[in-house]
Amino acid sequence: MRQVLLRLAAALPTLCGVVVVTFLLTRVLPGDTATYFAGPTASAEAIEQIRRELGLDLPLPEQFWRYVVALTKGDLGMSLTTGQPVRAEIATRLPASAELTLCALVLAIAIAMPLGVLAAVRQGSLIDHACRVLTTAGVSLPVFFTGLLLVYVFYFVLGWMPAPLGRLDAFATAPPQVSGFYLIDTLLAGDTGTFRAAAAQIVLPATTLALFALAPIARITRASMLAVLGSEFIRTARASGLSGPTVVITYALRNALLPVVTVLGMVFSFLLGANVLVEKVFAWPGIGSYAVEALIASDFAPVQGFVLTMAVLYVLLNLGIDLLNRAIDPRARHGA
Amino acid sequence: MKRRSFLKTAAGAAALATPSVRRAEAQGAPTRNETLLLVQEYGPNSLDMQGIGSAQPVNGVSLNCYDTLIRFKRKEFAEGITVFDRDNYEPGLAESWQVASDGMSATFKLREAKFHSGRPVRAADVKWSMDRAVTIGGFATTQMAAGSLEKPEQFVALDDRTFRIDYLRRDKLTIPNLCVTIPFVIDSETAKANAGGDPLAKDYLKNNVAGSGAFKVESWKPGTETIYIRNEEWASGERPKLRRIIARDIPSPSTRRALIERGDADISYGLPPKDFKDLADGGKVRVAAVPVPNAIWYVALNSALAPFKDVRLRQAVAWAIPYEKIMQAALFGRGTPMWGGPQKIDTVGWPVPSHYSYNLEKAKALVAAATGGAGFSTSLVFDAGSATIAEPMAVLVQEALGAIGIKVELNKVPGANFRGELNKKTAPMVINRFGGWLDYADYFFFWNYHGNNSIFNVASYQDKELDVLIDGARFTQDPAEYATKVKAMLERGMDQIPMVPICQPYHDVAMQKYIGGYHYAPPREPDFRYLTKGA
Repeated sequence: MRQVLLRLAAALPTLCGVVVVTFLLTRVLPGDTATYFAGPTASAEAIEQIRRELGLDLPLPEQFWRYVVALTKGDLGMSLTTGQPVRAEIATRLPASAELTLCALVLAIAIAMPLGVLAAVRQGSLIDHACRVLTTAGVSLPVFFTGLLLVYVFYFVLGWMPAPLGRLDAFATAPPQVSGFYLIDTLLAGDTGTFRAAAAQIVLPATTLALFALAPIARITRASMLAVLGSEFIRTARASGLSGPTVVITYALRNALLPVVTVLGMVFSFLLGANVLVEKVFAWPGIGSYAVEALIASDFAPVQGFVLTMAVLYVLLNLGIDLLNRAIDPRARHGA
Repeated sequence: MKRRSFLKTAAGAAALATPSVRRAEAQGAPTRNETLLLVQEYGPNSLDMQGIGSAQPVNGVSLNCYDTLIRFKRKEFAEGITVFDRDNYEPGLAESWQVASDGMSATFKLREAKFHSGRPVRAADVKWSMDRAVTIGGFATTQMAAGSLEKPEQFVALDDRTFRIDYLRRDKLTIPNLCVTIPFVIDSETAKANAGGDPLAKDYLKNNVAGSGAFKVESWKPGTETIYIRNEEWASGERPKLRRIIARDIPSPSTRRALIERGDADISYGLPPKDFKDLADGGKVRVAAVPVPNAIWYVALNSALAPFKDVRLRQAVAWAIPYEKIMQAALFGRGTPMWGGPQKIDTVGWPVPSHYSYNLEKAKALVAAATGGAGFSTSLVFDAGSATIAEPMAVLVQEALGAIGIKVELNKVPGANFRGELNKKTAPMVINRFGGWLDYADYFFFWNYHGNNSIFNVASYQDKELDVLIDGARFTQDPAEYATKVKAMLERGMDQIPMVPICQPYHDVAMQKYIGGYHYAPPREPDFRYLTKGA
């Protein structure tokens, strides 16, 4: 527990740095928020008036001070493009992205880990080559392309999948928000019909993302397994007459998991913010497309809110991974 | 915000009481045949079109959820498609109206109508709404001023149901300007009661509709969906056939196209012109192609700065633009050509074709005369937001001008910077599109050619002679004089050519064949009041 608190305290300077840097970065971006916000017919006076209202005419240090004061109250500001408080929007959009990313990650792990293990155990075999082809294809095909392809085949031509209308069919009603994850909230509400609808909606985007996430997981599993399988304690285990599966699963895999878990964390946080294109193709109201839209419109508050949220998430995620690593590998407990 | 926490509590309560709530909803819920599913790129960012920073889709909220005093009549355009009639008006909240004999005021008699809150509509509400529009600043105030509606003193509530507008000057745009999506009537008591001290209730109206219109907003999730439900008590027109409208925001145009082609969406807005061409050719769905009134795509040439200060070079560009190629490669034929017309203009409408066409010899001769054949380099700016059309257009212009010795560098500017770029008024060439809501040639010229140099006068064109014609046409009461002035104005504009018209774009909307009653109104947003959904 003490360790955890220490780690969190150590993350504080990082977060402060993030706050300062995002604030400065959004201010040096080209594009004039007031002009954009004032609309096409605005006169010079109208633009000035808006600049004053938004506090953009103040000197930078004062703007920063106001931003930090608001931040301590948990206020991330207002989005100009959607006209809503940033905190509320992130609160509804982050679960949407997280649900999609988690589903994709689970799917990717379910395929990539066994594939990587098999490829390592039977190095040079057919399955090893299949693994190589799949991972290469996974990374080299751009996600919007795989997304559109899946939509075309499974929705447009075959009609097996529901319309890519976002998290729910237009005629379904969203479940009362508890976790923000529709798959969980529908079950909590006991509404299996909506659960099925939400599950059907998530299949294609999750598959698209999973295809992309397959590659790093499978590659790292394979590489790490190969290294472990070649080490002496495995030879000893084999020499002691332990069965193949026991050696591979209990001894080798557990030891090979450390780098895999670390990579999983990276992949997760990367997918969460970077799946903008998947969100666009499937009209998924996620956090990535929110941030990009805001960036295009020079809308500072959502961009700052997004970066800050991601930074916090990163810190928590890294902490979680370290804790997980300690659980997996006793050596990590003393290393720190 | 308050509304949100209310929703949360409401949602929580609903969770506790799920079975009974669901049964209550099931009674007489709108059927799929009474529900329309519309897909669009992005939805409203506010529910208040008068508010500062309201985006294009907010016009749709104004159109469907609020009433104006009067409306444009509809006229048939093609089978199942109507467009607004700029010269004829029908009652909205005002059951009758009368322009005074001296032409300096108009008096409106309000009908018995109720706001969504149940309050009766009073002249005081109309006055409050009009006062708000002319004082709130930003786009709303500019648009009101376009019809000489500028000061609160102009608006008088005579009694509960009589309202008068006093004119500042006789302006033929005053009455049509009452039919657009800005002077809508707000439930002033409800707005003020919830405003928390703000005399204009900006925050409240941004998040809530307080109107008397044909539809109410049932739910609004910015960036995801807007759901409208019919107002059963609507008094200002025939009851709409549709009971519920679900407008989903689907950012990817490919997905929007797939949805309409598969038959899952009823109406799809805003596809690239190529998709509309394919859909129209395919014949599975109907494409309502209404040429946007008053609008053109154009290439503006900065007439205040060298090199295009020289009219010969502007004319050279107008002769060198590969119009036909642009029409095919950039617009896929989704527009009306605006070139190759007669030199003598005999119409008062806008847009009209220019007398230029693709003629390299004439262009080369003009460049030679102006520069001695040396040629020069310049740059062309366009908005990344409309790159689907503007980028191929820019590339074709670049290629064609290269042939007459003008080297063009392309400069694609992201949306947030584009207006800033226009405001600077230094770009030598700009590709852009403009259309006025009020469909008059002099109105277009006032914004785009007048010496007052508004942001839309992208060419920074200054011409005293033309200003006299524009101002004369705007305020004359004599139809014959109007016609003479407008024709002279158009001819001078074409001769001096600070902006080269390319085409009048179509406003394309794809819909299933069973959708009827499509109506095109000036702000281009869907009007749900007349739409029907057959089986």
